[in-house]
Amino acid sequence: MTHAPSLSPTSAAPTTAAGFFRRFRSAPSEPHFAKRVQFSSPFLPYFFLAPQMAIIFTFFYWPSVQAIQSSFYLEDPFGFGSTFVGISNYTDVLKSTEYLGIARFTAVFTAVVTFFSLAIGLLLAVKADGVIRGNATYKTLLIWVYAIAPPVAGLMGMMLFDQHIGPLVKFVALFGWDMKVGLNYTDTATAMIIVSIWKQIPYNFIFFLSGLQGIPVSVREAALMDCRSGFRRFRTVILPLLAPTAFFLLIINTTYALFDTFGVIDVMVKDKAANNPITLVYKVYMDGFRGNDLGGSSAQSVILMIIVFVLTIFQFRFIERRVHYS
Amino acid sequence: MIKNITMTGLALAFSATSSFAATDITWWHGMAGRNGEVINEVAQKFNAAQTACALTPVSKGTYEEALASGIAAFRSGEQPNILQVFDAGAATIINAKGAVIPAEDLITKAGYSFDRNAFIDGVRYFYADSDGKFVGMPFNSSAPIMYINDEALKKAGVEAPKTWEEFEAIAPKLKEAGYIPLVQSQLTWQFTENFFSRNNIQFATNNNGYDSVVDTELKVTDPNLVMMFEKLKSWADQGYFAYYGAGWNDNQKMFEENKAALWIGSSGSFGGLTKTAQMPFSADFLPYWGSINGAGTSSFIGGAALFAMAGKSDAENKCVADFFQFLTSPEIQVFYHEATGYVAITKAAYEMAKKEGYYEKKPAAEVGIKQLMLPAGEWSKGYRLGFYPQIREIMEREYGRIFAGEVSVKDAFDTIEKEGNELLARFAKTAG
Repeated sequence: MTHAPSLSPTSAAPTTAAGFFRRFRSAPSEPHFAKRVQFSSPFLPYFFLAPQMAIIFTFFYWPSVQAIQSSFYLEDPFGFGSTFVGISNYTDVLKSTEYLGIARFTAVFTAVVTFFSLAIGLLLAVKADGVIRGNATYKTLLIWVYAIAPPVAGLMGMMLFDQHIGPLVKFVALFGWDMKVGLNYTDTATAMIIVSIWKQIPYNFIFFLSGLQGIPVSVREAALMDCRSGFRRFRTVILPLLAPTAFFLLIINTTYALFDTFGVIDVMVKDKAANNPITLVYKVYMDGFRGNDLGGSSAQSVILMIIVFVLTIFQFRFIERRVHYS
Repeated sequence: MIKNITMTGLALAFSATSSFAATDITWWHGMAGRNGEVINEVAQKFNAAQTACALTPVSKGTYEEALASGIAAFRSGEQPNILQVFDAGAATIINAKGAVIPAEDLITKAGYSFDRNAFIDGVRYFYADSDGKFVGMPFNSSAPIMYINDEALKKAGVEAPKTWEEFEAIAPKLKEAGYIPLVQSQLTWQFTENFFSRNNIQFATNNNGYDSVVDTELKVTDPNLVMMFEKLKSWADQGYFAYYGAGWNDNQKMFEENKAALWIGSSGSFGGLTKTAQMPFSADFLPYWGSINGAGTSSFIGGAALFAMAGKSDAENKCVADFFQFLTSPEIQVFYHEATGYVAITKAAYEMAKKEGYYEKKPAAEVGIKQLMLPAGEWSKGYRLGFYPQIREIMEREYGRIFAGEVSVKDAFDTIEKEGNELLARFAKTAG
């Protein structure tokens, strides 16, 4: 680790990812000096940064500080009275077996969604990269799913898995699986995971494909002469060269599974979670926006911030070390 | 922010068409589709009937979203004049002393007389304080009633049940005739809250929560309620009852498609059902248990009420009072009742609809009102429980587990009572 990336709770937000992305994009193929830009005034770079910083402060730091503050209070929703309760909002949440159950589901959900959306995205990218005839059509077909908004994907998923009319439910019934999405915890979890993975594959596909196309032809040809096994070539040559892309996608996909699947979940549980699985972020929404329990919901979002913070540190310290940028 | 801009835009658009001297008031609600259109029509009628005030209704999405937007707006001093709040959210807004002006005070201050007895019994107490003073103005009110698939009952050769005992007797015949004997759409509202009202059983301590928020506790481990759910579970196991999850429509669908014989829905459902049901249907009261002493009382109202938000000028408050007065006039009540299926809330409006011969054409439309006009019991007036939307979520979760066979009925209610009481204790702290 030669340099310490600046870490803060924002690391999970797209801000760091975007910065990361910029670095990743310019790193492998372009010569290093291309990044050195001369500014005529020392203030000019800050001037360019200002709008971005203003947005981050208004929409991230300020609400975060407020969330931390209100997590120590029990507050009347209309703002008339608030009682300082110390850390009892945290202890209440962490003692709740329900909350821990949701946390466990969130961990499994995030791991499974991240793994499969990355793996399938990579597989499709490798295959699409090899296609010679009609590859534009092939790629477009794989990419355009990304244009679907998460609630719409959730809605489509819900239709596919509908307990009365869903074609996929009818299909698995042929194998004797009486799938009951919305009633059975495991069945709903399965449907949620499938829809969330499906939604994210095209995104990963785009990045992996561009990553693959950034690998110089000369390197591939050299590898081809040295080794006949396609799998081994992929593992020892292509995959290490794809590592920066993969690391970036790992962070983005973890964030996706933790936060951006909200729309999918909301539509699939039809606004009534009941005994269906939900993730931590959905629980924040349920308690805060529907239950009007601001203190408890704030405590939960602070816990989420800490989880993301720890995850990001972990990823940068232990995984990024193995990534070579040039 | 975007919502605010749209709202201002809408407000401008509306005020441009009305007189410029008029006082503008806004009304945030949580109704969509046809019900949302009817609200616009009511507002247009009000704006056409007088020139002093111009009312702008704004849809904020669902009930929960309307309440959340109202709260957020209040905290930043941008609250609307009128906010629609649903039954389960009533405790949240009523216990926030100073957030609203009680409807009764508002109306009498504007120089109108207010007669509590003009309202039908079932709607009088739910949004009132423990002294009976109206805090919210009942608006769209509904009752959980039983819809009957006439074709199914004829085929099975049975009569519609009045009590759950009668249902148990006919269920095997309905099943034999090829129907699911019973479906419902909301176990919390229909089989929990209104189990307590219809069977006249205490729901929570402190007079169902009306007297105080401190130390209010649920009484959901009541043996009768446990019995009701043990029956439901055993009916489900025997094929007399089917549960399709917490979503309203997944359950209603089976009735619409002529697959179920009886469906517990809302009195407000019949308008839509007329269009979607594939067979002739009728309606009757939500059944009760004949074995429970004193059962058969009126149900709680479902739906929502309108609250006059505090912190507005006298001129605007006068307009809100004018509107509430306008809204309770028999003509408007009958219009709203017939356009939406929600019950008329005043006795005069009910008489007027009856005189028009409306119920001869649509007998199902009368069932809800009649059920709300049944003699009230000690425990059928209402409940006032904080964080109740979350308590409902706990119930939905545990009920799902009961029907998935993951927990016993007794354990489920123990969990609901424990977690529910924790929430009530938390709520008491926020209000303190």
